[in-house]
Amino acid sequence: MDVLDLARWQFGITTVVHFFFVPFTISMAFLVAIMQSVWMRTKSERWLRLTKFFGKLLLINLAVGVVTGLVQEFQFGMNWSDFSRFVGDVFGAPLAMEALLAFYLESVFVGVWIFGWGRIPPKIHLATIWITAFGTLLSAYFILAANSFMQHPVGYEINEEAGRAELTDIWAVLTNKVLLVTFPHTIFAAFMVGGGVVAAVAMWHLVRGARNPEEAAPGKPSDQGAFRTALRIGAVTVLVGGIGVAVSGDFQGKVMTEVQPMKMAAAEALYETQQPAPFSLFTIGTLDGSKAIYSIEVPRLLSFLATGSFDGKVEGINDLQAQYEEEFGPGDYSPNIPVTYWTFRMMITMGGLAGLIALWQLWATRRGRVPTSPWALRAAAVLPVLPLAGNALGWIFTEMGRQPWLVFGLMPTASGVSPSTTARTVFISLAAFTVLYAGLTWLWVHLLVKHARPGLPDVAAVPAVPDEPDADDADKPLSFAY
Amino acid sequence: MELSTLWFLLIAVLWIGYLALEGFDFGVGMLTRRFARDDTERRVLINTIGPVWDGNEVWVITAVGATFAAFPEWYATAWSAYYLPLVLILLTLIGRGLAFEYRAKGDTATWRNRWDLVIFAGSAIPAFVWGVLLAAFVQGLPLDAGHDFVGDLGDVVTPYTLLGGVVTLSLSLLHGAHYLGLKTVGEIRERARRLAGRLAVPVVVVLAGFLGWTVLRGDSPSWAAGAAAIVAVLAVAAGATANARGREGWAFTATFATVAAVGATLFAALYPDVLPSTLDTANGLTTTNASSSDYTLTVMTWVAVPFVPLVLAYQSWVYWMFRKRIGVQHIP
Ligand code: HDD
Ligand code: HEM
Ligand code: HEM
Repeated sequence: MDVLDLARWQFGITTVVHFFFVPFTISMAFLVAIMQSVWMRTKSERWLRLTKFFGKLLLINLAVGVVTGLVQEFQFGMNWSDFSRFVGDVFGAPLAMEALLAFYLESVFVGVWIFGWGRIPPKIHLATIWITAFGTLLSAYFILAANSFMQHPVGYEINEEAGRAELTDIWAVLTNKVLLVTFPHTIFAAFMVGGGVVAAVAMWHLVRGARNPEEAAPGKPSDQGAFRTALRIGAVTVLVGGIGVAVSGDFQGKVMTEVQPMKMAAAEALYETQQPAPFSLFTIGTLDGSKAIYSIEVPRLLSFLATGSFDGKVEGINDLQAQYEEEFGPGDYSPNIPVTYWTFRMMITMGGLAGLIALWQLWATRRGRVPTSPWALRAAAVLPVLPLAGNALGWIFTEMGRQPWLVFGLMPTASGVSPSTTARTVFISLAAFTVLYAGLTWLWVHLLVKHARPGLPDVAAVPAVPDEPDADDADKPLSFAY
Repeated sequence: MELSTLWFLLIAVLWIGYLALEGFDFGVGMLTRRFARDDTERRVLINTIGPVWDGNEVWVITAVGATFAAFPEWYATAWSAYYLPLVLILLTLIGRGLAFEYRAKGDTATWRNRWDLVIFAGSAIPAFVWGVLLAAFVQGLPLDAGHDFVGDLGDVVTPYTLLGGVVTLSLSLLHGAHYLGLKTVGEIRERARRLAGRLAVPVVVVLAGFLGWTVLRGDSPSWAAGAAAIVAVLAVAAGATANARGREGWAFTATFATVAAVGATLFAALYPDVLPSTLDTANGLTTTNASSSDYTLTVMTWVAVPFVPLVLAYQSWVYWMFRKRIGVQHIP
């Protein structure tokens, strides 16, 4: 493998793993903030226990989210220096804004939230988790602005002399039409993850409690009630997220057809232009050729997804290839078709399955019921995995579907890689990061499971008034310490 | 003032902020090994930096992000040239961030011990390597006419840059000891002060050597760099005096000032270059030929003017909030 392939693998692996943790953080920060708000309102201990329980899962996840983010920021310069030179004038701005506006907020206030229990006034303490949650949204917005520029460059001008793209309109970059549809889609998809985690953990405890009542019951009478509430919150979040991704995904499809028609054609492996175009749910065949051996198709659906009309014309790969050759010169302008075809479908499937499980959970626990079949446990176990996989597949589709471009229409991926690094260097780092990230992911799962298993913590009432530094009990132990 | 000069200054400030803030938590991290005698003491140390270390680390993210936005060429050339050292920094910082959060999440002493080792390595290695890399900015690298790095690791790691690493490492250790003197009570506090007292002389020696070399290595020494270097050495001495007299707040302030002055020396010696070429001066990167367009710099200035003070304000508030000293009796 050459430097380019290695650098691509490294970017792909590190980014996808970073994005396991990201949607978890975004959604869980909000869910925990909501739980804590309800506790502040109702003063019901059940909500405090839920806050602390899911708060701990949030922190386990946040730690990995933060440290893997650091790699992302450095990689542009390390592996993609020609890309950084070419677009830095435009691309660096949202990245720097993300750090200045979002990362400080997140990192500083989450520290206060962790250590502030019982040490600062409760209202301020509640504010810190809301600020953290808001920070994650801001950070998502700015990084997606940067990514959307690569999908659909706007607000720039090419400076021939300097050989780079220069920013001419920051507002255009921050209101890129790709960004406006990608941001809600990504956020809704994130909420499916957090909702899935909450619903899954709650379901697992409910079912376990119902199956062996003597084990779960002693001393913890209110756990079942609390988990029932949590299950509702989680399942409804998954459903709302699911509807959100479907609606926003529909908008995205139209924007994508406009700005990157090749990606839409590749998503369907549509070689010839068709009007109207069907959407195939499943195909066995030679995707590289145009021969389908077996395929289930929904007539006209692709037309609707791409254009909003059931009669719309969808351009095929071959026609687009010819157009691009005319515009950009000879070359292959289509992405890897099997990858785009399947990732697109699987993304949607994963979300759909998660939605079905959430619906079933709501139904199975209606009016005080608790299912006890082992399938209920199995369904709970896969629920969070589905939206996580959906998120990863969505990104792989978006990014691989953009190939061979790094910045669409401006810079092919092959021209962005650092000219001075050697394959050996990238190989060393790829190997090191792959091993580390595998360990990291394993550890993440291990700790989440470990801390989700014991059920809700017993919380000694959190002091309503914070400690006075020179009060008599100045030697009393911290209410939170690492 | 030219906008590109303003951004050079701002980036210098961000790096200084990083070294001065993360510097003490690196120092505390290194002290968790030998200095802390048992698990409880170790937890005291970790809890002195617990609420703040992550916020401190954002300074480097911002410094690098600002470099990308304001001087894309500088970011691209330096970061691809520093490849392997950066991998080392990333690996160790990843481990360190996890360790703080995860060491208490297991049940066995072995689990905690392993994570403690990670905290130590994750503090000592970045503290050293950042010094090497910052010194390499001043030293310069072999760059061709396209501003691409054409050397190898041996051009980044040289006696001069290694000494830079020793400076940031030892200074962080001293800074961390002063911080512990300020933030702990009881026996740890006493020991931290004694340790700081012992560290002062070796730190002054390496510092004077490195700063002297930095100021005198160019053809035309910069007055500003010279002045900052003198301030740095005086500030360590002042810190040592304050520490000896039990004025812990002043001792910490003094090493804070030292770190700032060391940063100022490096960036003053660098200006108006950002990354000189050791092959041909014409190939080097300067604040003008590496900078972004005027429009980008203007936009970024509008963002920085309200937000940098805001960040400073709330980060200071957090330090104020957690101003209480911690001792073994506070560990639950
Ligand atoms: C849609 C949202 C999103 C996307 C697409 C990305 N990230 Fe991320 N990132 C976050 C959302 C996020 C977050 C939710 O804000 C995180 C996760 C955990 C955290 O604390 O913040 C985060 C953490 C995080 C950090 C650590 C911040 C800290 O110390 O607090 C850095 C440096 C980055 N990211 C950088 C990147 C880069 C350079 C990306 C592009 C390749 C990227 N992220 C993709
Ligand atoms: C600022 C944001 C981003 C930038 C600058 C960026 C840039 C890149 C670059 C340079 C590559 C390598 C070229 C290639 O092979 O495609 C790539 C690939 C990829 N990126 Fe992005 N990306 C960004 C955001 C993301 C995010 C947030 C994700 C999802 C988690 C993501 C997922 C991927 C994937 C899956 C690949 C495919 C790897 C491959 O093709 O070998 N990207 N991106
Ligand atoms: C009916 C359902 C859905 C439709 C129509 C849909 C549509 C799309 C489209 C068209 C894109 C590509 C955008 C582009 O490259 O310009 C995309 C990307 C993406 N999808 Fe979906 N999607 C659906 C469901 C889901 C689900 C269930 C998830 C996750 C749980 C998900 C997560 C993502 C992510 C993370 C991306 C990459 C980021 C982005 O470009 O927004 N999607 N989706």
